[in-house]
Amino acid sequence: MTTEAVGAGRAASGAESSLVARAMSGRLAPVAVVVLAIIAAWYVGAVAMNAQLQIDAFERQEVAWDTGDLVRATLSQDRPLLPALHQILVEMKKTIIDQKITSKRSLVFHAWVTLSSTLLGFAIGSVLGVLLAVGIVHVRTLEKSLMPWVIASQTIPILAIAPMVVVVLGAIGLRGLLPKAIISTYLCFFPVTIGMVKGLRAPDPIELDLMRTYSASRWQTLWMLRWPAALPFLFTSLKVAVAIALVGAIVGELPTGAQAGLGARLLAGSYYGQTIQIWSALFTAAILAALLVMAVGVIERLTMARMGGRP
Amino acid sequence: MLVALALPLSGGEAAVGWRDAASVWPLMAPLVGVCAWLGWRGGVGAGQAGILVLAVAVGTMGALALLNEQAVAGRAASGFWLYILALWVAVWRGIDGIARFRSLDVRAQRLVNLVVPAAFGLWLIFLWEVVTVGFGVPQVLLPAPSMVADRFGGSLDILWADFRQTFLKAVIAGYVMGCGAGFVVAVLVDRVPFLQRGLLPLGNLVSALPIVGVAPIMVMWFGFDWPSKAAVVVIMTFFPMLVNTVTGLAAAGALERDLMRSYGAGYWPTLVKLRLPAALPFIFNALKINSTLALIGAIVAEFFGTPIVGMGFRISTEVGRLNVDMVWAEIALAALAGSTFYGLVALGERVTTFWHPSFRMQR
Repeated sequence: MTTEAVGAGRAASGAESSLVARAMSGRLAPVAVVVLAIIAAWYVGAVAMNAQLQIDAFERQEVAWDTGDLVRATLSQDRPLLPALHQILVEMKKTIIDQKITSKRSLVFHAWVTLSSTLLGFAIGSVLGVLLAVGIVHVRTLEKSLMPWVIASQTIPILAIAPMVVVVLGAIGLRGLLPKAIISTYLCFFPVTIGMVKGLRAPDPIELDLMRTYSASRWQTLWMLRWPAALPFLFTSLKVAVAIALVGAIVGELPTGAQAGLGARLLAGSYYGQTIQIWSALFTAAILAALLVMAVGVIERLTMARMGGRP
Repeated sequence: MLVALALPLSGGEAAVGWRDAASVWPLMAPLVGVCAWLGWRGGVGAGQAGILVLAVAVGTMGALALLNEQAVAGRAASGFWLYILALWVAVWRGIDGIARFRSLDVRAQRLVNLVVPAAFGLWLIFLWEVVTVGFGVPQVLLPAPSMVADRFGGSLDILWADFRQTFLKAVIAGYVMGCGAGFVVAVLVDRVPFLQRGLLPLGNLVSALPIVGVAPIMVMWFGFDWPSKAAVVVIMTFFPMLVNTVTGLAAAGALERDLMRSYGAGYWPTLVKLRLPAALPFIFNALKINSTLALIGAIVAEFFGTPIVGMGFRISTEVGRLNVDMVWAEIALAALAGSTFYGLVALGERVTTFWHPSFRMQR
């Protein structure tokens, strides 16, 4: 509503500015402007932060330099404090496209390691979350006794102890995907449980009464009324859960035991001061997160369309 | 119900007979007596019966600890587990009885709502203890809660130093700065619709990103001491605050806004007197989310380099030395600090947004 009002107001001010105004009142243009502003700020920041190092380097080499040299040099340092955006992109191209996928230097390889444990943990966590929610909705004792503990379980900073969990599980022979997946599971189940409890309770009493007049069993009520009503809540929770599962998997890879994965890449980069490597791993993780959330969104739209909901 | 109570009871007696540890019998006797009494009465009646069973179950926990010490810890046989199963049934009946308890008195009802999860939690800890000791689970894998508690009590000075470094310095500073900055930017964004359309989608995107990953960069920028951890906390808490506050500022209804306009109130009076109070539930939501996020961020950031003090540092070094009981003591501390922090924020919410429907419902 506000966007239209603003657009109309601007359009009235002049005929030629109306096109700009319409573009600006849309959604894409403001985002693009803000992104461009962030990129510009990034470059300014990169120059400012790397300048001192570069000046020192120049003076050590005893070369004459002017501002142009300085700017150019700060944007192409080997180990800058803040690498410039194009440096990160070049590094990503080098490690994603130029390398073979099976190579240990390929970010695709590392991303795949992280992604597989994310997905495993996400699957287990979602199923667990849904089962817990069904139990909580149907059994009163469970609701009273379990629900506070489901909430309390999240005050334990599992992310903070994730490396320990991985090491300890590794000590008893559980290696590879499963320990990381367990951490993702622990993080995942919470939003799903909370969302599904809310969703399974979403049907109105009048609808539940209708089911009772049909003499529907509890199972039928669950399957035919509560479950469809809960689906929108489920997908909202799943989006949160999949993002948090990725975080869990990455942090689970931080201990030295993990040889592969985006988290291991971050840690290695921080050990050797390879800022560009850290940033490219971060960017890859961000892209992965966005893709995962988008994938859940697409599944949501397809499911809703098949159920005859609004497109 | 009679059968359910009688059956595990006989199992319990068989277990003790099998173990032939006569000294713990007096501690078990009340449970046997109450179960028999309830069985004879033909079922768990009202709340009292449930509470009775629960009290007796707690009594027998002492007996079990005794049994663990003198008898075969680590080689507990089937009789022992049968007894645990019997206890389980008794506890379940007890909790069930209490959970079903309904009272018109608000305070009694609130007490019930507190007792049920507390009893359940105690039972879980008890089960943890019994399983780790009974099965003789290696201490490296999962220490018994009693051991963790010992360690916690024994190294209070170290824990306090870690707590001060991580929580009082890094978390509090980062939390205040991050939430403050998020709030100020949100008010600004709300003023400029262009920013609102440009920044909010990005804010939503960022909240899905693994932000903890910036920790190594922050350590590189701000050094090993607490400012780098505070910086991670600032970044982690900023975006939830921003998104929630902007949503909250839009929450005031059109009707109320029109009323303010008809009073001739300008932007600032409307903001302070109407829109900020209306946004409070959202702001507190962000504060609550951030209270747990902040602790996580600070601890994870310590994995990437820290002075030799701090909760994250302690966890990572003690894991390396396989001192798992110390790690669990740190975890207990973190959980305690996290839930206290959360509780304080929730309390603040209750005091300031008492008018919100979600609180009025409970009256």
